[in-house]
Amino acid sequence: MNPTINKVLLLGSGALKIGEAGEFDYSGSQALKALREEGIETVLINPNIATVQTSEGVADHIYFLPVTPFFVEKIIAKERPQGILLAFGGQTALNCGVALYESGIFEKYGVKVLGTPVRAIMDTEDRDLFVRRLDEININTIKSEACETPEAARIAAKALGFPVIVRAAYALGGLGSGFAADETELNALLEKAFAFSPQVLVEKSLKGWKEIEYEVVRDRFDNCITVCNMENFDPLGIHTGESIVIAPSQTLTNSEYHKLRELAIRIVRHIGIVGECNVQYAFDPQSEDYRVIEVNARLSRSSALASKATGYPLAFVAAKLGLGYGLFDLKNSVTRTTSAFFEPALDYVVCKIPRWDLGKFRGVDREIGSSMKSVGEVMAIGRTFEEAVQKGIRMIGQGLHGFVGNRELKIDDIENALASPTDKRLLVIEKAFFGGMSVERIHELTKIDKWFLYKLENIFKTNAQLRQISRLDQLNDALLRRAKEQGFTDFQIARALRLDTMLGATQGGNMVRAERKRRGILPVVKRIDTLAAEYPAKTNYLYLTYCGTIHDVRFEGDHRSVVVLGSGAYRIGSSVEFDWCGVQALNTIRSEGLRSVMINYNPETVSTDYDMCDRLYFDELTFERVMDIIELETPRGVIVSTGGQIPNNLAMRLDAEQVPILGTAARYIDNAEDREKFSEMLRRIGVDQPAWSALTTMDDIRGFIDQVGFPVLVRPSYVLSGAAMNVCSNWEELERFLRLASDVSKEHPVVVSQFIEHAKEIEMDAVAKDGEVIAYAISEHIEFAGVHSGDATIQFPPQKLYVETVRRIKKISRQIAHELCISGPFNIQFLARENDIKVIECNLRASRSFPFVSKVLKVNFIELATRVMLGLPVEPPAASQFDLDYVGIKASQFSFNRLQNADPVLGVDMSSTGEVGCIGDDTSDALLKALLSVGHRIPEKNILLSSGNALQKADLLPAARMLVEHGYHIFATPGTSRYLSGNGVDNTLVSWPSDTEGDAEDVLQLMHRGGVDFVVNVPKDLTPRELTNGYKVRRTAVDLNIPLITNARLASAFIAAFCTLTPDDIEVKSWEEY
Amino acid sequence: MQATLILEDGTTFVGQSFGAPVSVAGEVVFNTAMTGYVESLTDPSYAGQLMTLTYPLVGNYGVPPFTFRQDGLADFMESDRIYASALIVSDYSEDYSHWNAVESLDTWMKREGIPGITGIDTRALTKVLRRHGVMMGKIVIEGERPEDVKEENYGEVNYVERVSCREVIRYNENADKRVVLVDCGVKHNILRSLVSRGVEVVRVPWDYDFNTMEFDGLFLANGPGDPDRCGRAVRNIQKFLANDKVRPLMGICMGNQLLAKAAGATIYKLKYGHRSHNQPVRQVGTNRCFITSQNHGFAVNAESLSAEWQPYFENMNDGSNEGIRHTSRPWCSAQFHPEACGGPTDTTFLFDDFVHLL
Repeated sequence: MNPTINKVLLLGSGALKIGEAGEFDYSGSQALKALREEGIETVLINPNIATVQTSEGVADHIYFLPVTPFFVEKIIAKERPQGILLAFGGQTALNCGVALYESGIFEKYGVKVLGTPVRAIMDTEDRDLFVRRLDEININTIKSEACETPEAARIAAKALGFPVIVRAAYALGGLGSGFAADETELNALLEKAFAFSPQVLVEKSLKGWKEIEYEVVRDRFDNCITVCNMENFDPLGIHTGESIVIAPSQTLTNSEYHKLRELAIRIVRHIGIVGECNVQYAFDPQSEDYRVIEVNARLSRSSALASKATGYPLAFVAAKLGLGYGLFDLKNSVTRTTSAFFEPALDYVVCKIPRWDLGKFRGVDREIGSSMKSVGEVMAIGRTFEEAVQKGIRMIGQGLHGFVGNRELKIDDIENALASPTDKRLLVIEKAFFGGMSVERIHELTKIDKWFLYKLENIFKTNAQLRQISRLDQLNDALLRRAKEQGFTDFQIARALRLDTMLGATQGGNMVRAERKRRGILPVVKRIDTLAAEYPAKTNYLYLTYCGTIHDVRFEGDHRSVVVLGSGAYRIGSSVEFDWCGVQALNTIRSEGLRSVMINYNPETVSTDYDMCDRLYFDELTFERVMDIIELETPRGVIVSTGGQIPNNLAMRLDAEQVPILGTAARYIDNAEDREKFSEMLRRIGVDQPAWSALTTMDDIRGFIDQVGFPVLVRPSYVLSGAAMNVCSNWEELERFLRLASDVSKEHPVVVSQFIEHAKEIEMDAVAKDGEVIAYAISEHIEFAGVHSGDATIQFPPQKLYVETVRRIKKISRQIAHELCISGPFNIQFLARENDIKVIECNLRASRSFPFVSKVLKVNFIELATRVMLGLPVEPPAASQFDLDYVGIKASQFSFNRLQNADPVLGVDMSSTGEVGCIGDDTSDALLKALLSVGHRIPEKNILLSSGNALQKADLLPAARMLVEHGYHIFATPGTSRYLSGNGVDNTLVSWPSDTEGDAEDVLQLMHRGGVDFVVNVPKDLTPRELTNGYKVRRTAVDLNIPLITNARLASAFIAAFCTLTPDDIEVKSWEEY
Repeated sequence: MQATLILEDGTTFVGQSFGAPVSVAGEVVFNTAMTGYVESLTDPSYAGQLMTLTYPLVGNYGVPPFTFRQDGLADFMESDRIYASALIVSDYSEDYSHWNAVESLDTWMKREGIPGITGIDTRALTKVLRRHGVMMGKIVIEGERPEDVKEENYGEVNYVERVSCREVIRYNENADKRVVLVDCGVKHNILRSLVSRGVEVVRVPWDYDFNTMEFDGLFLANGPGDPDRCGRAVRNIQKFLANDKVRPLMGICMGNQLLAKAAGATIYKLKYGHRSHNQPVRQVGTNRCFITSQNHGFAVNAESLSAEWQPYFENMNDGSNEGIRHTSRPWCSAQFHPEACGGPTDTTFLFDDFVHLL
């Protein structure tokens, strides 16, 4: 290795967003581990405070600051590292690194880029250069024209012939990309693409070809390996991030596999990668013809998946190679005896399935295509494809039981649904089989390789056979075993036999389970060892399968293992923060000399790194699978409170099976989860909560609203389409929402709650032991209640709460902790208006904000909670939030730019995909850092205000004044303009798209011509006209990549921050310096 | 139909029969390659062996047409038929999908009379073989008795004799350079690799004394079984090495072992062999590393090489010898398969090097 390098800077990827998610926490953590092993001092820049990599002991110096050239340069000047790693923080880090290189910053400070040289990165990022470089070695690329103007793009498209695909250069995960079948579609695409990038690429569409990827590693001695290849289940045309992906490839012959492997190595050598690289191919399903789609000269989502799929730690190895090692110097991390220069041999099949949350967004297109919309993914492991895919379908956590046995989906036109895939395409395929459609026909419509369809048909056929039986004693061993080998759950079998309707879902499943165990049909535990059993493994990276007879591990039965249930797929509302919680729990268990066991299946996480625990079960978090593992492991106990809602929901059923749940008892968890029981308890201890009622008729709803008044929060229990809950301000809205969203009936009651306006929302994150609070953190939302706590901007410690409010919140929390005998983490959400406090919700588990408050307060709440749950002595922490002389701000990252047509408005349902947490000397300092970290920019000159109802207009007035005082120019829509002018604030009137106001410019035109740098649009209410006008402004802002804020309080705080501080005033301090 | 795999040590695995429903005995080995069942099955080096594939899903892409080029070499296969005695898998895929497939693996194996067994915990089986070493075993079809299945002791059979050509075959006649290839069970891609580089190949039976022929270089091909059964071939090679006229020589796999024996080194049997597409080798004394395709149960004892010979390649996992070369003469050999088929193509340069020397 290079002896002159003893301090290295690593760039993280910032907040989780669509296209750039938890995989970079994993890559970065691995790289930091590799550096630390060499005794190198590490500096990390990443504002994503919920990550594992930004935890104590992972890097030496951590900066919660934006990953932008401006801040990175300041940190380089301050820390003076000798080396920098750009490949571990996704496109964000890569783009930032290229910008710094081009502006000569690395040269100026003598920073060496470790690993792949920046020149090589640029060769892969600039499409034109890329094609030229590959032409040099006669490698086929997709014939593509780089165009700098829309006109040039139109000419190129005509020359290539429609359909064409348009991609924005230098954009992550296909942002601003899409297919165009004709010129009209092309024009729409071009405008968006040019908003993200100065260059777009127009290429001939190869829709229907296979998509294959290789992960290649090269060292500086020119030694190359391909660690993994992967095949997309979905044909080309569906972004690989949207596609089901199988590793290794299933339908390639030896000749094809090695042809593409050889090409990948040639490319990587020619470009000069040092480290890791991903090569994506389009592959003709009728010959060996191919095109290289792209090369990612960095760690990627695919490389994280490949690492988990094979057990080969790509990021770790890439970091070592960046330091100058050869692959021959390194050992295989699993066997620890054989060489790291090898290509893993799998003896299982891996299936990645994306997780979408499109139901959370109003107006979004559900069709999946060349641009990524999924928010997370799962990886399922099996020894048959059927087993893996059925596990995976369950893992995505959207109420599906597998490929079969789901609630019937209503589809009008199956052929059309097959040809235009949405997030529901697997269900459509099942439906097509049900209707008797052949594999051949489904293949014609979907272009999915017939092999995959045959396998799905196998599942369908087994289900059909099961459905001919209605009693367990008619079910023979062979069919039962085959069903299990094909990944059927006990519940799916029960449902096929109609036992669920006879006995209820739980009982039906339990009955199959008992019978199956009686017949000795049990899963076995197998190990992922990188070499298909050729050499013994030293690690315990495990999965369960029914395709086997012998376990790979021994079960000690010494009650020294503690099982931690993970958080599953990242989704809106549950992501990296729970991974952090899980990892902290594992660390604590291990440090106590107990055996830590993790069950989780998310390939983007650190908790699913086999290094992090003594045994990793990369498997489902269903009741059935968790019980399988618990029956084998016979652990001391199970922790259900660090993985978010999925494990929390299992508590009662596990408890019913006498599984020892560590911490708060299951019945108390149920008392908090069950609305009725919880309200009853609050009433008993004299704690107030907003009035609510579960109602089954419209008359009852009217009666309830007559008492509490509008607005109300409405939560249907069964949602047909659209958002799951909504705030309604009048009868018209209420009726429209209920008509649109749900079905009100006895089986599907609607919960209606009083909605308190202009109230503060306050969070209590705490740890209790035997009902006594031992540590707590109170934080306040900057927005008023009504913005989901996961979308709100949160300040800790609170800066604007009455002492009285804090005192009451502490008191109520103590009462609740006591009543529910809490032992472990919990979170309570409060509403406060004046000093009137109401409890909204209480969760007897860690919340999203645990890593944020833990890191700001520098007290690890999960470590404390885990010690409590393990029954170890705990000392209340010395640090108190009242002694902090700095402020933490947690801000949300939205990915609306990915979600075509979605209304980027915030409401009671969560829509952010990630978050950052920054620390500053005061609110403005921290807020500015946080908002810059989630993609806001300090506006140069022109700001558009369009500010909702009278109250919101009044809220914004001081900020508007401040803008004018600081030389900004305000454009305002009619109502806002009148209000501002009436209050003496200069502004330029712009007209709504639906009206013309004299000679005022149309607001959309203003935005399209680049006339504004920042848009504040606060929706007034949900009247249709407002939706149309406001929606257009918001959507246009997102599509044109103009920063947008839709909340008056947050907008005011941001304006105050950038009017009082310039970027140079922002403190550049590491975490340890606070 | 049920079938049972019974190992020499009594371990049994029950599965389902596919391919030909016949019982068979042989040496049970495992192969960790994830593709290439067509190539492996037709590789003569698997003669006498029951091949376990650790990758569970097998048969996915069916079987290509068994067609031959004008010169008699197969288009897609590695020989003229299946040589492995049986195939052991976890999840045989009855349906296949590939543009170049004409039949299923099952149909092909039935036609060639080769049995397969599916539904086996191939990982557990592999671990047994890893711990115990390869052993004899038999696949017994439902309704038949194990004791009725004919057995041969793998080590005592001269498999090379069984698979080698019977007479001299010429390819690409009248090319500028002529290479004699000693056929111990040659894979067609070795022949294709030489022919495509423009040389004439004279393929001779394993024990044929080629020393009387006119040629520019000698090629020692791969083959099955124990090299100690191939004394006649070794003696022919010794004559070649002793010839005053020094001509280039290259060997692969069995060829490596025979060359080593001819040079006076010793051979030993590996516990469970190397059968995979991911074996790392390092060119000794350099930083050059290659991923190689391998299929061998025996290895050269590098310690026993005389001073005129040196290790050429070394296995990076277990340190075993992966090739030798003469310190001054143009003679070398590789234990792995530079011709690939199946497996990675990293080391095809060895053919270039050899042809260049002619």
